[in-house]
Amino acid sequence: MTEPELHLRHGWVEAELADEFPELGLVHARIDARASGSPPHVKQRLRALADRYTGGRVIHMRQDPVPWAYRVFSRQVGIDPDTDPTPIEAIGLERLKRGGIRSENLLDDALTIAIADTGVPLIALDDDRLDGDLGLRLARAGETLGGVRPLSAGQIVVADGARPVAVVLGEVAEDAGVTPATERMVLCALSVKGVPRIAVEEALWIAAEVLV
Amino acid sequence: MDRGRGAGLDFCAVPGAVTPSPPHLAPRTLPDERAARRTLLDQVAQLEAELSQLFCSTWPRKDFDWRIAGRGGPRVLSLGELEALRDDLVDRVQHCRRTMSDRTYAEDSKRRLIEEMMLEPERHKWARVSSEDIGEPGCRNWHVRPRFGLLGMLMGWWRVVISSGCPLSAARAR
Repeated sequence: MTEPELHLRHGWVEAELADEFPELGLVHARIDARASGSPPHVKQRLRALADRYTGGRVIHMRQDPVPWAYRVFSRQVGIDPDTDPTPIEAIGLERLKRGGIRSENLLDDALTIAIADTGVPLIALDDDRLDGDLGLRLARAGETLGGVRPLSAGQIVVADGARPVAVVLGEVAEDAGVTPATERMVLCALSVKGVPRIAVEEALWIAAEVLV
Repeated sequence: MDRGRGAGLDFCAVPGAVTPSPPHLAPRTLPDERAARRTLLDQVAQLEAELSQLFCSTWPRKDFDWRIAGRGGPRVLSLGELEALRDDLVDRVQHCRRTMSDRTYAEDSKRRLIEEMMLEPERHKWARVSSEDIGEPGCRNWHVRPRFGLLGMLMGWWRVVISSGCPLSAARAR
């Protein structure tokens, strides 16, 4: 395993959004990595992670500061976190339902490990399919996600210079997501009020370290 | 008396007469919602904390409804929507707290019943209390049964049998 080189960058945030949520941010980093199968040591790490997720821990997770901060943000932007759980809670619930955390591929496993360790939601995008700097803004009328899914005006999205590439705490556009042909990725972490900066950076470092 | 009408009087010209209201003017500046929005967002955060605490303290009890309808997010909610969300959260916290209070009252009486069963089993023949009845996890049961079956029933030898553990699942038991 080599130590990844990571230059963390802070994405722009549209004024209206920054006014409403002053501490909202998007931290991202480019990384040279490909999506492939997970090596045994990553699968082992997932198994060890699953062992730490007991029923009691998952129940009490919503009182831990970082998962709680994302629950509050979900609530404040009109998502019911009990119906659409935050990424960390979704991992916990999945672990309880399946009795373990199943390995999918190296990228998904890296994101799962980083999210489960820190509680910070992460997404990965294909760097070559992005156009300009990443940031957070409100969707405009008539915009779509990946040219397929219509977005309602005012939805909070992660966008590059040209288009929305993901819905915040939601799906990633197909035309911006990572594919088997991807050679460079951008890892993005959402930062909200109540989440220490170190946790956000730690999430990116953990994901990068698993991927490289 | 119809003195004014038809007499060609101009009310506006008469000093002290009622003047027609000026045309409605749009306000030059919009009221700043920022302070109200910050307060509402803080209240939502506070209520979410209370709801989370309540959720943790109710476990392992079931049949609580924690859902609050989403508002098609993620998006910036309007002031009215934030108020409605805050009110829904208040209602949900109150409802869950009330349900929890009723439930703990019932659980206390079941706990008392267990004590009474232990002290005087013959006064609580065949009574059964499960761990769920007292708000605890697991499948334990306190059951008042006669010692030595029929003979104990006839002789009035009653005792509390405490079952332990959950039954094996069908697959494992086979």
